Amino acid sequence: MRATQTQYQAGSVRQASTLPRMLPAGFAAGPASLADHVARYGPVAFPGPDHGRCEALIEEVERSGLTGRGGAAFPTARKLAATAAGQHPVVVANGTEAEPASAKDKVLLARSPHLVLDGAVLAAEIVGAQEAVIVAHHAVRDITDEAVSERIRAGVDRIRIRVVTAADRFVGGEASAVVHWVGAGIATPTATPPRLSERGLGGAPTLVQNVETLAHVALIARYGASWFRSAGTPQEPGSMLVTILGAVREPCVHEIALGTPTGEVLGLAGGPSAPLQALLIGGYSGTWVDAAEATGRPFSSAGLADLGAGVGAGLIAALPENACGLRETAKVVRYLADESAGQCGPCLFGLDAVAGEVERLADGRTSDLRLLRRWLGQVEGRGACRHPDGAARLVRSALEVFAAELRQHAEGWCAGTASVLPLPPRRQR
Amino acid sequence: MTIRTGRGPGMVLRVDAIACDGRGLCADMVPELITLDDWGFPIISREVVPARLLGDARIAVGACPKLALRLERQRD
Repeated sequence: MRATQTQYQAGSVRQASTLPRMLPAGFAAGPASLADHVARYGPVAFPGPDHGRCEALIEEVERSGLTGRGGAAFPTARKLAATAAGQHPVVVANGTEAEPASAKDKVLLARSPHLVLDGAVLAAEIVGAQEAVIVAHHAVRDITDEAVSERIRAGVDRIRIRVVTAADRFVGGEASAVVHWVGAGIATPTATPPRLSERGLGGAPTLVQNVETLAHVALIARYGASWFRSAGTPQEPGSMLVTILGAVREPCVHEIALGTPTGEVLGLAGGPSAPLQALLIGGYSGTWVDAAEATGRPFSSAGLADLGAGVGAGLIAALPENACGLRETAKVVRYLADESAGQCGPCLFGLDAVAGEVERLADGRTSDLRLLRRWLGQVEGRGACRHPDGAARLVRSALEVFAAELRQHAEGWCAGTASVLPLPPRRQR
Repeated sequence: MTIRTGRGPGMVLRVDAIACDGRGLCADMVPELITLDDWGFPIISREVVPARLLGDARIAVGACPKLALRLERQRD
């Protein structure tokens, strides 16, 4: 391992020791070509069918401490090892990014498609798969196709790469839903057990990894675990892509070292464009936190834990003082309820009931929280996937962070006029 | 925390939330372990099924028209 790293770091290759590691530094129009990509990072030392080298790569990923960047933060090495233990596995690179406010996976595929493809091919070789399926958001499908064509022309991969356009629905990004979509064209989660690493696409053991996670794998294979750990915190090493939006001057996707103060992260987006009251962290199934309390804390799951939040899929939405947190929450919860796959009763009926109750609170039609709390308790942990849990987490955090607003609404007034959280047009059901 | 009764690994009830249609028969069969939520879907106790209720639990599993309820060995 050590020898191959040195070999590929030698010569004119610039080691990406500073951030950004994954995105191009400075302004670059369009995606990095294969030539640009190799000039920046050097070629990857693909392990091929060499079992020892595959094992060594899993160990290197384990030493790196890399965790999944799609929101669940599961240790990547454990998933690799579990899938490698199966017969004829498949690798799926998950670039669904169905979260309406998140852009980091699209930006990564649009700017550095070859880093994701390197990672997908590496993961396939590590687990012994013949094929890597890239599930790309429709916005970046063409770029992904073009990058794959470039690789075929250059003959760089032993692994077959197939690109599939992602399903355009919120729960479609959940790992089992991605497999269901690729295999059967139905973007709904499936029941566990079996685990995907045991029985996934076409019945084969399947590794589903977020596209950003795979980009990190591609860098760890080149530069090693110690290099990866030179950014981030000892508990949460490395960098991550974040989407910063809402009341900031320049909403953007940035790459940050985990543990960067949250206020500094907002600074990367030009800082607040208005006085802030709260931040939504993690995603639409994430957590509201008080803006003043959060800005001083490290942007890491450990740093945000006492606020009940975690980094999730790297979303930070800034809510200005002139927006109503209850109204924003009501909108998002209604969206999440609409996006239920409709398979599990407590999610189908429960989220609709919860959304209705949050709407009543936001409109000042009720100030009684008992029914809402009862229903939150009845949806949590009751779905085949974590969709209802995420919606419940969002609502519970809203009840805490917007407690003062709840009192105002009970007295019949609301100061909120601005709307910051983007949502697609409501789906006809 | 694992509460075990009797010998060997404990048995727990588990519902496949996707298969479940909320017919509610199970809650009639073993109300000690299964209650219904406000929409008629079963809330299953996570506790190990006590020996005295194993018979009722098996009847509930057999009564489910959607084959959504299972009695399985507790996982770690």
